[in-house]
Amino acid sequence: MDWLHLSDEEWTAIRLSLWVSGIAMVVSLPFGIWVAYLLARGGFWGKSILNGIVHLPLILPPVVTGFILLVLFGRRGVIGAFLDQYFGIVFSFRWTGAALACGIMGFPLLVRSIRLSIEAVDRKLEEAAGTLGASPTWVFMTVTLPLILPGIIAGMILSFAKAMGEFGATITFVSNIPGETQTLSAAIYTFTQVPGGDAGAMRLTLVAIIISFAALLASEFMAHIVGKRVNVE
Amino acid sequence: MTLIVEARQTLGEFNLDAGFTSEGGVTALFGRSGSGKTSLVRVIAGLSKPDQGRLMVDGDVLLDTENRIFVPKHRRRFGYVFQEGRLFPHLTVRQNLNYGRWFAGMSRQGDDFDRIVELLGIELLLERRPGKLSGGEKQRVAIGRALLAAPRLLLMDEPLAALDDQRKAEILPYLERLRDEMATPIVYVSHSVSEVARLADKVVMMKGGRVEAIGTPSEILGGQAFLSSDRRDAGAVLTGRVEAIDDAHRLATIRLSASEIVVPNAHVETGRSVRVHIPERDVMVATLRPEGLSALNILEGRIVSIEPDGEGMMRVRIRSGEDDLLARITALSVERLDLKLEKAVFAVIKTVALER
Repeated sequence: MDWLHLSDEEWTAIRLSLWVSGIAMVVSLPFGIWVAYLLARGGFWGKSILNGIVHLPLILPPVVTGFILLVLFGRRGVIGAFLDQYFGIVFSFRWTGAALACGIMGFPLLVRSIRLSIEAVDRKLEEAAGTLGASPTWVFMTVTLPLILPGIIAGMILSFAKAMGEFGATITFVSNIPGETQTLSAAIYTFTQVPGGDAGAMRLTLVAIIISFAALLASEFMAHIVGKRVNVE
Repeated sequence: MTLIVEARQTLGEFNLDAGFTSEGGVTALFGRSGSGKTSLVRVIAGLSKPDQGRLMVDGDVLLDTENRIFVPKHRRRFGYVFQEGRLFPHLTVRQNLNYGRWFAGMSRQGDDFDRIVELLGIELLLERRPGKLSGGEKQRVAIGRALLAAPRLLLMDEPLAALDDQRKAEILPYLERLRDEMATPIVYVSHSVSEVARLADKVVMMKGGRVEAIGTPSEILGGQAFLSSDRRDAGAVLTGRVEAIDDAHRLATIRLSASEIVVPNAHVETGRSVRVHIPERDVMVATLRPEGLSALNILEGRIVSIEPDGEGMMRVRIRSGEDDLLARITALSVERLDLKLEKAVFAVIKTVALER
């Protein structure tokens, strides 16, 4: 069973992958809820354009998304230079860049799931909350948000899973630097490129399967608990 | 409390152009479905904005389209009870009840909470979730939730329409207690004659988006405006006090001004003031006191008016003490009994016809 023993580098790749995916999921969540709300409820000019832009990473080849990120968020990119100069945030060839790429790639799945659950909320309940003295913000916090929680959890798991599996955009944008930007997928890819790397690739593949399965079970479990509370009527 | 409302609104094919004033108590917006009752009450609540309109409560302007004033619904402090309850499914009954209190800025537990919970008989439901309640229980919780937000006006939009007759009979006594024990004025939307007859102090009758008549329940439900729209349920509305309850026979005796009347005992308490709606088609007229008759109510009175009521029918108004009864009988009967003004007669009403 010696071949199952994970090396330090492999552990680093696993930890980095979990960290990057987790950060991507958490940071994109507020934006995801906001955009989903706009798309579900908003009546504004350019709504279909916003919808198109949000879904773009789903349709474009990941390499293209990665390249666009490189152009925009690279050190000399329009946004990247600005963020570097005023906030000291650097994306290129850092784990933050990997998280950005993962967040962008998972965003359409996150938004879609939350949007569907917002559209399913009975607006009559929100109206009732309004007549009881709740301002629109409070209505959202106390009625809408709890009711869409199952959709939010499903979206978070989907975006996390997408981030764990993300490869093309990440490697194009921030390359494949061990310890900084080498995620699980990139590490497996690296193993397959060197002679005798099959065992390492197999070990990491097993790890990837375990993580994905755990995420799936966790989402089922949470959806069950929340669903029991929300869908009683 | 003074409520003044006027609204003009075009909703597709439908035109709302209505208004009324209320000085407290229970004001019923009464009319068939599609008459604009709900549209008008939604304007009052701030759930819809009319093209033109004005709304004042005790001199406080909440809506004035001319001066571009529109106070949003959450700042009006009006309670609203919807037809379908609309309880929050993710909260327990207790949390539902406390929802409005929280925004009204009051302590979470107080006399009001216990009093209203007791008044509505929902003590045993507090820890349950709305999904596990019956229709009648949900509606009682919804009423409690609206009341606990300490509204200055309670709007009820057909609160019983979605319930079956048994549930209605279960809730109506709670509404009567509400009217008698809480100071909160109520605007009650309904198409049901029996609900309006039992609850309203003032009736605003609507038809085709307009106000057709305003008056007391007996004026409206026995009046010409109502006759032209729905004569089936026309009749007198009498106010009395429950004098005795006969549990063995499930009957209650109600004292009127000069006589008493026996009705089925459906959730009434001794000493409580109640209204009885007596449909005019269920009243018989006799010139001699009938004997050997199953009907329990034989009221002595004199005729104060006889009016032709179309199709060979006559409406006879019989005054008994201070109460006016209406009887709808054929012109032939009037002729045969030689009924005329000031003649002493007996009005005969089956108790079964007064099932509430």
